[in-house]
Amino acid sequence: MTTTAELVTKGAFDLDWRKVARLGGLTALGLVFIALAGMPVGLDSRILIEKYLSLGYVSLLWLSLIMGWLMGKETLLEGMTATRKSSRDAVGGACVGALGGLGLAILGLLINTFDLRDPLVNWSPQTLDILTFGGGVGVVVVWIPICAALGAVGGALHLAPPKVAKATIAAILTVLMTAIFATFIVDVVSPLDFLYSKNRELKLGWALVLAAVAVGFVFSGGGQQLARVKADYHNTTGPAKTRQTAALIVVSAAVLIIIPQVAGKITQELMANIGIFLLLALGLNIVVGMAGILDLGYVAFFAVGGYTTAVLTSPNRGEDWPGWFPTLPWWGALMVTVVVASLVGLFIGAPVIRMRGDYLAIVTLGFGEIIRILFLSDWLNGYFNGAQGITNVPPADFGVFEVKGTDPRSVFYLVLVFAALSIYVSWRLEHSRLGRAWMAVREDESVAEAMGINTVNVKLAAFVVGAILASFSGAIFAAKVGSIFPTSFLILVSIIILVIVIVGGMGSILGVIAGSVVLVGILGGPKQPGLLQEFSQYKLLIYGALLVWMMLQRPEGLVPNVRRTRELHQDEFLQDAWLKGQVDTGEEEPAVEGGEVR
Amino acid sequence: MTAAVRAKGASRTKVDWFLLFMRVALLSLIAIGLLAFFAQQLDPNNAFARWRHGGDAAHTLTGDQYKGLVVTGLSQGAMYGLIALGYSMVYGVLGFINFAHGEVFMVGGFTGFIMANKLDEAGYWEGGAFIPAVLFTILVCTLVSMATAVIMERVAYRPLRGSPRLIPLITSIGVSFFIQNAVILLFGPGAKGYPSNPDWLQQKRSLLGLVEIEGIKIVVIVVAALSMYALWYFVERTRTGKAMRAVSEDKEIASLMGINVNRTIVTTFAVGGAMAGIAGILWGLLFRSVIATTGFLPGIKAFTAAVVGGIGNLGGAMAGGVALGGAESLAPLMLLEPLGVEGASQLRDAVAFTLLILVLLIKPTGLFGERLSSEDRA
Repeated sequence: MTTTAELVTKGAFDLDWRKVARLGGLTALGLVFIALAGMPVGLDSRILIEKYLSLGYVSLLWLSLIMGWLMGKETLLEGMTATRKSSRDAVGGACVGALGGLGLAILGLLINTFDLRDPLVNWSPQTLDILTFGGGVGVVVVWIPICAALGAVGGALHLAPPKVAKATIAAILTVLMTAIFATFIVDVVSPLDFLYSKNRELKLGWALVLAAVAVGFVFSGGGQQLARVKADYHNTTGPAKTRQTAALIVVSAAVLIIIPQVAGKITQELMANIGIFLLLALGLNIVVGMAGILDLGYVAFFAVGGYTTAVLTSPNRGEDWPGWFPTLPWWGALMVTVVVASLVGLFIGAPVIRMRGDYLAIVTLGFGEIIRILFLSDWLNGYFNGAQGITNVPPADFGVFEVKGTDPRSVFYLVLVFAALSIYVSWRLEHSRLGRAWMAVREDESVAEAMGINTVNVKLAAFVVGAILASFSGAIFAAKVGSIFPTSFLILVSIIILVIVIVGGMGSILGVIAGSVVLVGILGGPKQPGLLQEFSQYKLLIYGALLVWMMLQRPEGLVPNVRRTRELHQDEFLQDAWLKGQVDTGEEEPAVEGGEVR
Repeated sequence: MTAAVRAKGASRTKVDWFLLFMRVALLSLIAIGLLAFFAQQLDPNNAFARWRHGGDAAHTLTGDQYKGLVVTGLSQGAMYGLIALGYSMVYGVLGFINFAHGEVFMVGGFTGFIMANKLDEAGYWEGGAFIPAVLFTILVCTLVSMATAVIMERVAYRPLRGSPRLIPLITSIGVSFFIQNAVILLFGPGAKGYPSNPDWLQQKRSLLGLVEIEGIKIVVIVVAALSMYALWYFVERTRTGKAMRAVSEDKEIASLMGINVNRTIVTTFAVGGAMAGIAGILWGLLFRSVIATTGFLPGIKAFTAAVVGGIGNLGGAMAGGVALGGAESLAPLMLLEPLGVEGASQLRDAVAFTLLILVLLIKPTGLFGERLSSEDRA
């Protein structure tokens, strides 16, 4: 958007002190919370840069940088005056950072004086030790200049030329990423071992080299080249675009097939987990993203898939099954599983389909719990073994190759096949008559009904398709883990899948893929570790915070679906259009209130 | 908005038939269960009981057991009711489910744990100092829960005002997750024990010679009833309460009448939070232990209670809570056990959710009718 705003120059200390106080207070609160949540202590053992920087300290440092940057950020509005970027931004950032550091310093002094260890588990000498860098108590004051400096850097990013700012960010990110993902990087490309010391700590020299490479990349215009290639791809249409897309798919498929061959066990396991959650997320994306039905009990279908497969394949399935009940190979069980899952989808879907959207959410959550409680209960113990679960689920045997948990590579290939299938189905459905009907229902159910869409059938179809995709995932999960327990199907799983879909972008297939790779890959699933294994204690907190932050700042997700974005930001789109004089406000005023998701 | 019930005169579709079947099936299950229960009370060795229990006679419930269950259900239900008030009020005013309200309740319970233990260490949790100490703890819990609810509204929900209904709901799920895990990280994952109550609270005492109740359960029920009365007085008899009712009826018109809508919404959250805080400390006193996940299930059940009673209807929320508490404690032994379900008490939570489904299938507006603004009712 172009601005006609005039720029005002202000003195370096002519700050918006209320904003400084607010952001500074937030920084201090955030830092104290991070310290008391035990991140510095818990993550300190993970050294990122040999001898110099641990993940524990990073957890305390990043906040001041970002808050300092936020201090200088101004929303540019059409026709409003804005402030010219000057050293004022750096000063503001420094003030915000200093306040944050002050918070930490006070915390350190308090820990030294009072003993609140009883309720607060991290009110401990170890925390104090980290805060004082192992020195005397007085050293905590050092945090004030440290945070102030970081805040100043954050603020200064606004006035640096864009290239310098970009280069700084690129350098920091490259070094951090290389250090954090050490295990993964070495696991995939073992020759890169030389970057790290024995304990996978990045060597300082190489860290500097990497930073230099990142800076060089930005200054040589590498970023622009990439952007140009991307823009070219977006702008091509017709057969050329199809050709390019096909090439892209072939290349990514080849990469996905090759990586597990060269990479080690850790990567294979990780990719298998990502795949399982990707399948779930694709299914939920159809229900939540396309049809706009908030299903909080989605884990029920995962559970049904897993249990059906286990019951049909395992010899330990419980004693009360009648004698004629068959034991099938995995692929045979899969067919039954799909049928059972779609029936359960119908059964759960039918009563809830006409409820208000929010009631539906709670009732599906209730169904999810009911199903788990039933699997766990003594009542059905003879069928599902209660808390002991069903063990000895045999590997999926395809004659040519066998898929079992001890060989994550095989699991990954199986998941890959199903994920490809699900992506294809989702993609075709999105542009089908049914997909358009889903979107119509999502945008306005009454209007959709008036347009002749049978909303009940359409929503039931979403439930069933979602259930089938989840049951695929459940079946693979059963074969992978080799046993099925009720504790694998907590409500938590539903929520995590929901976070994946929302962070990725509701209704966007690419977004869902990105969401599951980023979230499950880095943070990990409910029980599965991600790349940041040290984070396992904190990942649920991060999932929660991420969900809130996404809903507040970017409800359309990381890789948004165009149509969905328009629905969510209807007000802003209309406002922009009005400012540009494209909307004739004299007559028929556009309905701003529309687009309600139900 | 399509109603959960078929419009008059519309022809039945397959889904309608299925829903009819579900209604009939659930109701007949309840009827058969009750009949079997009565039969077993009259003759434990009747044919149906022998068939359902693999040839053995059923266990009859003695009068005392039965009364004990009712009292347990009542005290539990009173707490559900208190939490449900918060759901109901927020739904009435803003039209969305504040999923994180259960965490406000949990925060109340945790504050109670910290206060009670600190007071116990100082020697105030016994003897003559006990009653002032408890009253002080209740006050602090109420204030902390209130603050939690108000901060939550300010940070997470106010920026989303006016967005589609599901957006704040999803946000509140995130808030709930965040608070739960923040508490785990700050205070540790284990269960936190309250100090033991004085003997006179734990002793069973007989009420009018009818029922034997532990003193603490009487306290829970009485405190819940008092808070409910205070809330009723606040909403129905004060200016602020009137403003709240006006805002829940129609926000725009209310603001035209000179009501500060923002402040009223904050008040709603504060009052709901206070009720949840009281419920939290009562929960702690009754079960003498809290854990970071304490808020989740009671929270959802309290929402169920609000729906059962009719959302937006404060008396309904309380009655719904008591009904849910009663159903949860009675149904496993009165319905499921006579039907031959083993380990029926494990199914308590399932009973609560089934009740929600049943009420939404049969009377979606709740037992006492919902009170919503015109746009939400649409």
